[in-house]
Amino acid sequence: MFGRLVYESFRRQKRRKLLAGVAITLGVGVATAMIAVATDIGDKISRELRTYGANLIVTPQEDSLDLQIDGVDLKPPSDGAYLDEADLPKIKGMFWRNNIVGFAPMLPLNVHLGNNLDAKNVTLLGTYFSKRLTFGKQNFSTGVRITHPWWKVQGAWPDDNSSDVLLGESLATKLGRTAGDEIEIAGQAHRVTGILSTGGAEDNQIVAPLALAQQILGRPGAVRRVYVSALTKPEDAFARRDPQTLRGPEYDRWYCSPYAASIAFQLQEAIPHSHAEQIRQIAQNEGTVLSRIKGLMLLVTLAALFASALAVSAAMATAIFERRGEVGLMKALGAGSISIASLFFAEALLLALIGGVVGFAGGALLARQIGRSIFDSQITIEPVLFPVILAIAVIVTFAGSAMAIRRAVKFDPVYALRGEA
Amino acid sequence: MSRNSDLVNRRASKPHTSMFLRMLMRAAVLRRGRAASALLAMVVAAAVATAMLNLYVDVQAKLRKEFRNYGANIVVVAKNGETLPSDTLDKVESALAGRGLAVPFGYVVARTSDGQSVVVAGTNLDQVRKLDSWWSVTAWPSASQDALVGTRAVAVVSPQGKPFDLNFQGRSMHLIPSGNLRTGASEDSRIYLSLQDFESWTRVQPSTIEIAASGSSEEVGNLIQRLSRAVPAADVRPIRQIMEGEAHVLGKTRATLAAAAVLIIATAALCVLSTLIGWVFDRRRDFAIMKALGASEGLIGGFFAAEAAALGAVGALVGFGIGVGVAAWIGRVNFHAPVVPRFNVLPLVLVGSIAVALISAVLPIFLLRRVQPAMILRGE
Repeated sequence: MFGRLVYESFRRQKRRKLLAGVAITLGVGVATAMIAVATDIGDKISRELRTYGANLIVTPQEDSLDLQIDGVDLKPPSDGAYLDEADLPKIKGMFWRNNIVGFAPMLPLNVHLGNNLDAKNVTLLGTYFSKRLTFGKQNFSTGVRITHPWWKVQGAWPDDNSSDVLLGESLATKLGRTAGDEIEIAGQAHRVTGILSTGGAEDNQIVAPLALAQQILGRPGAVRRVYVSALTKPEDAFARRDPQTLRGPEYDRWYCSPYAASIAFQLQEAIPHSHAEQIRQIAQNEGTVLSRIKGLMLLVTLAALFASALAVSAAMATAIFERRGEVGLMKALGAGSISIASLFFAEALLLALIGGVVGFAGGALLARQIGRSIFDSQITIEPVLFPVILAIAVIVTFAGSAMAIRRAVKFDPVYALRGEA
Repeated sequence: MSRNSDLVNRRASKPHTSMFLRMLMRAAVLRRGRAASALLAMVVAAAVATAMLNLYVDVQAKLRKEFRNYGANIVVVAKNGETLPSDTLDKVESALAGRGLAVPFGYVVARTSDGQSVVVAGTNLDQVRKLDSWWSVTAWPSASQDALVGTRAVAVVSPQGKPFDLNFQGRSMHLIPSGNLRTGASEDSRIYLSLQDFESWTRVQPSTIEIAASGSSEEVGNLIQRLSRAVPAADVRPIRQIMEGEAHVLGKTRATLAAAAVLIIATAALCVLSTLIGWVFDRRRDFAIMKALGASEGLIGGFFAAEAAALGAVGALVGFGIGVGVAAWIGRVNFHAPVVPRFNVLPLVLVGSIAVALISAVLPIFLLRRVQPAMILRGE
């Protein structure tokens, strides 16, 4: 009998059930999409923040002081120590290798341009543009196109294995060269594939493949410093502790957290005779920006949950309020308050489950769409979210119905049957 | 005759409008429960819409403030390694008009007592502290001759933290290390002095001014043009790394927030629609009685529309107040600065609310139009 009452109620009142069901579905859908986006936004923004460039730098351990003013290196190339290029692919063998977005080695040196008549001293910077490397079974490409995304080239990027070069914007204007021209560096002619614009010191420099710079310097395999762009976790009090004072499980926890400091520590382990340090301008600010955006999305999600809960409650209250006549009839036929209430709750449960499942599926699709159109990547939805969402849907639907059911049950059947609301 | 027609006219017009208002009022008072739930839905929707729109408009300004922690976004550099004319800083400050921070830097390469080269920088240390908030400094210099020593320069100039001497073009300077500086960049190899100490010792003027300008990218672009006109002796360049990163992250955040706003507002509007349609359907008896008493369809439609419009307007106004409060709370919690109420959002919310209310009132009426009043009154 009970089952039949519920069944008939759904069969005969399609419009009302549809309205309540649509409200629940919409509420659950928006809640799912918002929760999925809010839980994943940290990851996504963290990746977007990599457009600020490298957040870690690796230098030789026994290095002499930098003599850099406005990005121009005044240090004689004979001075100081070098890292070995052959060690670099080991970065991809670290514990946090999947958090390394890319790295770019740098080798600056001073070169003479042209013939002896108007010889000119400029800085030539050797680096990777988008070099294909292998470590173990992994193939990957890395270079300044990943670590320095604000570098813009008019023309084409040179190949990493060629002896072509890029010419800085200001230098190109001074020399009167454009893309496609040739330039004589240290007595040899090289093709200029493009004009580089960075808004920094590189605008006055020549940027060449690393191998070419090493060849001009006469030091194969030499690298002055390596910029590393890594996905990191915002620094907290634990991250600032000195790894040497940590013991046992604490050390493991520190080592296995992707803090900038622990990734720097692992870089130092991976590359012999190196010193790795976070670039504080980038690494420190990342955390604050990230936490602000995450906090914002969390609060917006709370607001969305609150609004959809109220909407679902309102829809349920309306649906039950409309059925006072029915309640009156049941009461007049001798039904007790408990059986009436359980009928309504059973209906609400059914609606919540159907609306919850459909809403979750819709919300998941919506979240994917948002991820694809804004971040060009998938938003992953945790499977654990499904029972949570369903539970929330049932609780909210019950809470929204409870008041209306109480009032409907208390209503005098005589008035209800006469249609006097 | 004329008196009579006058009376007819009065009866036709005056009591008519008062009756109309009376019906509106009584409908709201008598069916308090239903009217209240419809109003509640309206208020919640308007509040959510207001909060989201307010946040969307204001979040850019809030986040830009956070992004200024990345430091300078414009740099003014003297051409060909010379120094800037002495009035440059004043010109830059006047072009900036208080919407940012400009800090001068002068650099020389000095020699330590054992002949090693080290870069010495002179600057306004109080301003640097604000501009480059990521600098990790053990103690900022306070007195004259105090120096801030980069963490890599420490080993060269004063490994035990003792006072040291530096030499530049035959003039020597006695310095006391006050604290260590760690940034992970070229600053680590430098020694920072106050600008007074630096200028009196080296007689070198600043060669660089770093500027953290606030505002949108167009405003910063305009500022760069104004600066290049004001200081023709120098190169004025945007720091692309900072500006592009900021624009990129800001764009993504705003897009996400916009998607969230659209979703939330659409849900709220649809729920208002369903609640109100239910409410109007519920009153089909009123509709039938009015029709049976001879009211024209236009009058009935107008009555329900007026009711819905009033509901929408009241809901929008109350909701706007609540929504501004919610946005301010979110701003206080997340950005430690309240979101300023944007009153230009109000007409948008008002029009939107009334439009949704009107649609949900007119739709059921349109559906009920063909039904005979007798059918409704019989309860079918």
